[in-house]
Amino acid sequence: MTALLTLTVLVLVAIAIWQMTKIFELSQTKTERSEIASDSDNKYNGYLLFIFLIFIYGITIFSFAKYGKILLPDASSEHGTEYDQLMFASMAIIFFVQTITQALLHYFGYKYRGKKGQKALFFADNDKLEFIWTIIPVIVLAGLILWGLYAWTNIMDINEDDDPLVVELYAQQFSWTARYGGEDNVLGDANVRLIDIANANVLGLDESDPNAEDDIIVKELHLPVGRKVNFKMRSQDVLHSAYMPHFRAQMNCVPGMITQFSFTPTVTTEEMRLNPDVVDKVKRTNAIRAQRAAEGKPNSDPWEFDYVLLCNKICGKSHYNMQLKIIVETEEEYNNWLAEQKTFKETVMVDETEEQAFNTEEGVDIELDDTAQVD
Amino acid sequence: MSEVAHVSHDDHHDDHGHHHKETFITKYIFSQDHKMISKQYLITGLIMGFIGIAMSILFRMQLAWPGESFGIFETFLGKWAPDGVMDADIYLALVTIHGTLMVFFVLTQGLSGTFSNLLIPLQIGARDMASGFMNMVSYWMFFVSSVIMIMSLFVEAGPAAAGWTVYPPLSALPMAQPGSGMGMTLWLISMAIFIASSLLGSLNYIVTVINLRTKGMSMTRLPLTIWTFFVTAIIGVVSFPVLLSAALLLIMDRSFGTSFFLSDIFIQGEVLHYQGGSPVLYEHLFWFLGHPEVYIVILPAMGIVSEVMAVNARKPIFGYRAMIASVLAIAFLSTIVWGHHMFVSGMNPFLGSVFTFTTLLIAIPSAVKAFNWITTLWKGNLQLNPGMLFSIGMVSTFITGGLTGIILGDSTLDINVHDTYFVVAHFHLVMGISALYGMFAGIYHWFPKMFHGRMMNKNLGYIHFWITAVCSYGIFFPMHFVGMAGVPRRYYENTAFPMFDELTNVQVLMTVFAIIAALTQLIFVYNFISSIFYGKKGPVNPWNANTLEWTTPREHIHGNWPGEIPHVYRWSYDYSKTYENGEYIIAGQDFVPQDVPLQENEEELNH
Repeated sequence: MTALLTLTVLVLVAIAIWQMTKIFELSQTKTERSEIASDSDNKYNGYLLFIFLIFIYGITIFSFAKYGKILLPDASSEHGTEYDQLMFASMAIIFFVQTITQALLHYFGYKYRGKKGQKALFFADNDKLEFIWTIIPVIVLAGLILWGLYAWTNIMDINEDDDPLVVELYAQQFSWTARYGGEDNVLGDANVRLIDIANANVLGLDESDPNAEDDIIVKELHLPVGRKVNFKMRSQDVLHSAYMPHFRAQMNCVPGMITQFSFTPTVTTEEMRLNPDVVDKVKRTNAIRAQRAAEGKPNSDPWEFDYVLLCNKICGKSHYNMQLKIIVETEEEYNNWLAEQKTFKETVMVDETEEQAFNTEEGVDIELDDTAQVD
Repeated sequence: MSEVAHVSHDDHHDDHGHHHKETFITKYIFSQDHKMISKQYLITGLIMGFIGIAMSILFRMQLAWPGESFGIFETFLGKWAPDGVMDADIYLALVTIHGTLMVFFVLTQGLSGTFSNLLIPLQIGARDMASGFMNMVSYWMFFVSSVIMIMSLFVEAGPAAAGWTVYPPLSALPMAQPGSGMGMTLWLISMAIFIASSLLGSLNYIVTVINLRTKGMSMTRLPLTIWTFFVTAIIGVVSFPVLLSAALLLIMDRSFGTSFFLSDIFIQGEVLHYQGGSPVLYEHLFWFLGHPEVYIVILPAMGIVSEVMAVNARKPIFGYRAMIASVLAIAFLSTIVWGHHMFVSGMNPFLGSVFTFTTLLIAIPSAVKAFNWITTLWKGNLQLNPGMLFSIGMVSTFITGGLTGIILGDSTLDINVHDTYFVVAHFHLVMGISALYGMFAGIYHWFPKMFHGRMMNKNLGYIHFWITAVCSYGIFFPMHFVGMAGVPRRYYENTAFPMFDELTNVQVLMTVFAIIAALTQLIFVYNFISSIFYGKKGPVNPWNANTLEWTTPREHIHGNWPGEIPHVYRWSYDYSKTYENGEYIIAGQDFVPQDVPLQENEEELNH
């Protein structure tokens, strides 16, 4: 299959080259052969410039028609809505400018293609024109900058108003762990120097800190809809980045530092699965996966939509598979789920090494030390 | 140099008796002649570019057909592609070295080194660089760093694989990644030598432009090429030392146990001793160079495009002074925008606001340049030589790629597209492809100057351009969509996320275009090599250009001009200039070379 495709490509390229050489040679039968563009070279390449303009428009339209649907669905967070609006406005400006400037560039290339005896205009300067195309970008950019900075200040203003839920996202090669503050909603102190794998204190919580006792450590992120979440990010080894594309949220995890991000989820996982765009996407994806299943290839189980947290900073061999499932649910469902989880005190401080270090879904065992196996 | 200049001014007959005994070694290898050094840079750069592009094809194949077995992988990657399936570590290594080679070795020294060396003395009217010896040392340090970088591909544990930005701790800890062992050590040594080479070159360019201009060549009569090379060299001198400091501190952290960039690390079951350092500090130091670096790459391309476009449009470049002002503005702003690479690094968000502001400001001089180029075409008499087509293509990709910078430079919008394929698409168009087009434009245009009047085959040039132009958009336009679908860069494969399943066919499309584009470059390679030996000789001034380099003879001689250095009486853009009655200044000729004195009744314009 691949070999065939490569071969086809090669053959097509060869034909294209042969044809084009022929065209150019035919176009030059009358003029003496020189390596400087002749009038007929100018003519053909002028036409080609015009065709190229159509090609640029064509590939734009093609991409939007064919790939427009693969883009992320509408934002599922409060600030995400404003993000999407700003993105839409910026994109509109970009495509407006792109359409006009490419047209001018290539049309001029076509229109003013060289001919013998044609006189170019000695036009070296014009302050008025320069002023116009300085001032217009200034005004447009001023608007974008103000809007962008206003949104940025709001997003990055991480405060304790509105009783936010505090969650730690803990990164390591190559997995994520989440920690909730528990009943007191305060995270206990932690440091990598306190990590005690033997006693299953994998996040390095300070056992002498009373705030740590009720902390809940999990391998699946549950968030109640409509409540602000303040994330505190940590990393134990290299840089990682907590990227939650559906929520328009991203922050790097830096060893030696606690970084922060905050957002309010607005759409539950259940609601999102009913979003028409998502329904279509799942349908398309499952069609692909069904085909794979028929061919006996891996990654062919049917897929159900879930929010996901990805690692988005190169972190080593399995960077491409460092993920955490996110479930946004109603306050009630969230509380029920939370009530079932064991606290740090129950899992670790009881000194039962048999006990699992953190809560897992459906009681699946997760190996503690499958990290960073360098061969 | 002063001696050479002195001699030549005094008595031009002396020059004929001026031949040193030149051996093969002093002429072709340890040459101090700027024209030869320029060719050395070009050929070294092209070889590195060939390797870099070949690597990109390998990893693009992996992205399009994840986990499939290819014989070509086994051939080139050996033990890193067991049964022809690419290993995840070598994927990251390929991406890393591709980035390093293309950014530094091809588009910095390959582009700037070639054309600064060739054109600065020839276009300002100098016999050679201010220091021919330093120039030679600069090239040979570049050569040594290239060799070390290539050597690093063959070390046991694999070459550096932490991404071309080599952020610690990943790059600092061999236990985090096999590539961070010997491979990374060699990478850092190679880059340290590279930086020294770049600094020696840049200082030489700056001194030469300031001191060795011929009589009458005021700064405002310089061709825009020289302006951009000059400003590029200044940015290089300002920012490269900071990268050197970052590299040295990283070497210290790696080899001598210091904690500049490392703190609180638990890896492979043990806590490391590092305490108090910060990876964010490294990011600041890296991007303090890293951002100006992209302008170091693109400014020379802009200069070449301005010159080639004016010559072939048979028109003066529109807004010469605005072009200079915008180059200076871009250069200044380029040094205060580095933080836009770090909006979500954990840096104080207030800093993010400042960097958003400065970053979006850069769009203004860039827009001015784009509009000036478009206006230069207006009402011209466009000679669509391959160099001209590449220049027009460069403006096109610069606009397409530059516009998305408005999204990435906005801290808010950057949150969700940061480090995705959107970024990859953006910088490949605006910096990679545009700078490569600039380089190709320069090669086609100045080939006769480099190789004794021989010209490259124009038909092969046209084919090269048109296929490359179509493929560039074919690769990088759809890539924006992949990025906006949320696909992170540097993923070995996207199969771990069902939400990316339907993007595989986009990857296939991009890879097919990439393969065609890469094969098309072979046409260029063939054209380049065969034209060196068999190219048709054109006229001494094949493009009817005004600049001084075309007043030198075809054959290269030491000191460039056999006689006295020409004096300059006008700027370099008197194309299609007419008297008030509409007659050309020189009858029957639509250009007035810089060494032609002002004619009677001629009005001196714009300088």
